[in-house]
Amino acid sequence: MVELLQYAKRRAGALRGDHATETTHGASAGTHLQLWLLVFAVVFPIAVALIVSTKETGVVTSLGDLVPGSYAVENYREALVDYRFGRFMWNSLAMSLVIVVGKLIVSVFAAMAIVYYRVPYKDLVFLFILFTLLLPVPVRFIPLFQLMNDLGWSNTILAITVPYIASATTVFILRQHFLSIPTSIVETAKIDGVGPLRFMLFVLLPMSKGVLVGVSIIMFVYAWNQYLWPLIIIDSEANQVAQVGLQLLQGDVQGGQLSWSLVMAGSTLTLLPPLLLMIVFRKPLLETFSIQQK
Amino acid sequence: MTTVTLQNLRKEFGDVVAVKGIDLEIEDGEFLVIVGPSGCGKSTTLRLLAGLEATTGGRIEMDERDVTGVEPKDRNVAMVFQNYALYPHMTGRRNITFGMKSSGDFTDEEIERRVEDAAETLDIVDLLDRKPEAMSGGERQRVALGRAIVRDPDAFLMDEPLSNLDAKLRIQMRAELARLHSALETTTVYVTHDQTEAMTLGERVVVMNDGQIMQVDEPQALYDFPANRFVAEFIGDPAMNMIPVDIEDGRAVHDAFTLPLPSVDEPASTDRNGAGDAPLGDTQRAVLGIRPEDFHLPDARSDDGLPRIDAEVNVREPLGDSLLLHCSIGATSCNIQAAPRTAVRAGETVSVTYDPARLHLFDAETGDAFYHSESHHSTDEQVLSRASK
Repeated sequence: MVELLQYAKRRAGALRGDHATETTHGASAGTHLQLWLLVFAVVFPIAVALIVSTKETGVVTSLGDLVPGSYAVENYREALVDYRFGRFMWNSLAMSLVIVVGKLIVSVFAAMAIVYYRVPYKDLVFLFILFTLLLPVPVRFIPLFQLMNDLGWSNTILAITVPYIASATTVFILRQHFLSIPTSIVETAKIDGVGPLRFMLFVLLPMSKGVLVGVSIIMFVYAWNQYLWPLIIIDSEANQVAQVGLQLLQGDVQGGQLSWSLVMAGSTLTLLPPLLLMIVFRKPLLETFSIQQK
Repeated sequence: MTTVTLQNLRKEFGDVVAVKGIDLEIEDGEFLVIVGPSGCGKSTTLRLLAGLEATTGGRIEMDERDVTGVEPKDRNVAMVFQNYALYPHMTGRRNITFGMKSSGDFTDEEIERRVEDAAETLDIVDLLDRKPEAMSGGERQRVALGRAIVRDPDAFLMDEPLSNLDAKLRIQMRAELARLHSALETTTVYVTHDQTEAMTLGERVVVMNDGQIMQVDEPQALYDFPANRFVAEFIGDPAMNMIPVDIEDGRAVHDAFTLPLPSVDEPASTDRNGAGDAPLGDTQRAVLGIRPEDFHLPDARSDDGLPRIDAEVNVREPLGDSLLLHCSIGATSCNIQAAPRTAVRAGETVSVTYDPARLHLFDAETGDAFYHSESHHSTDEQVLSRASK
C-alpha cells in the first residue's frame, strides 16, 4: 500500500508538471489531504460492506449502526456452506484461471507472430485485432448464445471461458513489450539456430515475466468479475459463478426482508481473491501499467 | 577458414538503396574492416553477409558455395553486436552455450570443453556464473565474443563491437581482438565508423560511402594513396586539406602560391587505386590535397629549395604531442600540424613549406584522384633508402 501511495503521489506531482516537488518526502499537506480523501472515497463502501457483513440483519439506518457486530462467523459460514457460496467461488476461480491461461497462450503466439514473422499485411491484421476492442462483449451475446447451444456447451465451463480466450488488449500489450526487446537478441538467436519454440520458451517468456504477470492479474480480475454472460448461459446452480451467486444470496428473502448481512458477506468473499493477487503481484502490475513511461 | 565473395550485391529498402551493387573478395583468414560514415551501407552489408537481411540482387559465396538465400543458421557465421545482445536472464555460461545446445550439433562434453577453452582464451572464467547485469561493458563484450568463438564459425561478423565501451577500454579490447584474430585466424569482417579502429585492426580496409565501395586497400595505402576525395578526407584526423588549384604546365597554381608538381615515373592510373590518367601539362581545375602533417614550418626544413606558402594563423590548438594551426592560405582555410611548443601566435603569418612526396590531386568534378606525387613503387624504394640512411 505504501508503495502504491508513493507511486500515486509521484504521478500526481508529475501530472501537475511540478517536478521540483516530485520527491517522496517533499509532498505538501494539501497533497496528503487530497490523497486521503481519494482513499476514503474508494475504501468507505468496502468498509461499510465489511461491517454490515458482521451484523445480524445488516440494516443500516444511522451512522451509529456502523459498528462491527458479532455475527461475522455465522454470516460467512451461512454464505459459504448453506448457500454453497464456496462452490460458486470455486467455479469462478476455475473459469478465471482457464481464461487467463488460454488468453496468455493465444496472445503470446499472436503477438510473437505479429512481431517476429513476415506475415503479409500484418499491420492490417493487427489493426483488425485492435478493431475488435470497439465491439462490447454484450453485442455478441445473442449469436454466441446460439452458438454455445449448437455446440452443446451451455451450462459448461467451456461456455464461460472459450469466448473470452482471444484478447486484443493482451495481444497489444505483449506486442509493445516484444517490440521493446532489442532486435540484436532476436538476431543472435536466429544466427545460432535457436528454433521458434525454443526461442519463445527460453528467451521471450523469461524476458517478459513482469509483463506476463501484470497482464495476467488484469485479465484475472476481468474474468473474475464476469456477470452477464454466466447469468445468461449457465442455468444450473451447481455450475454458477460467484458474481451471479451474489444475486442468489440477495434473492433469498427471509420473512419479507432482504438479508443484507449475508449479501455483504458474499461480496466481501468475492473481493478477496483479486485483492490478494493485487497485493502479492503489485510490482509487476505497476511495471505493466508504466510501459508508456519508458 | 573461409573465403567470402560478394558479387554485385544490392539491397533496397523501399525507395532507399542501401547497398548499390558491391563486389568484394574477402580472403581466407583475413581481418577485413568496413568503415564509413553513418548510413553508408556498411552495417547492411554485414547483415546481408549474416543472412539477417534478404538481398535485392547479387550473390554471396562462402568457399564457392552460394549462400545468398541460405538461412542465417546454415551459414555457420557468428555475429557480435554493438549492444552485446546477451540474454539478460541467463548466466555467462548459459549465454555461451544456449546457441550451441539449440543447434544440437555438439555433445555436452564437447560444449563443456569448448566453453572452458573459450573462457580461458578470453579470461572470462570468473564471469561464467554471473548474469549480464552484474558485468561491466567490457566484460559483457568478452562474454559475447566467447559466445561467438565457441561455435568455431567459418567467419566472425562484428558490428561496431567496441562502440559502447569507454575510450580506455576500447583501446584495450582493440588489442585483445587483434590478439584473438592472430590466435584463431578465422575470417573476420568488422564494421566500424571509427577510422582509428579500422586502421589499427584491419589487414585490409574497405571504405564505403553512399552504398558503394570507395576503396579497398591496406591501411597505410589508404592513407598514402586515397583513390578519391572522400577517402582522403575520411581517413586521417585531422582531415586532409583540400585546396582548389589550377594545373598549368606541371604546376599547381593557387592565388597565394604556385607549387611545382614532381613528375611521377609511374602515373597514378597504373597503381591499384585506379585513378584516371589526366596529363599534368594541360590547364585544368583540380583540388590539391595535402595532409596537415605534410606542411612544415620553415625552421624544420630550412634549405630545401621549395617554394614558401604564406599562411595566416587563425586559431592554435595545442594537442600535447603536436600543435594544430587553423590557417588561411589566401581565401582557403587549411589545417597545419606543427611541432609542439612552436612559438606561433594567432594572427601571425607564417611561411610554410611542404613534403613534395605527399601531394595529391583530385578531379574538381568527380573527386577521383589522378595524381599522387609518390607512387606505390617509389614508396617502397624510398622506404628502403630511408632505412639504409
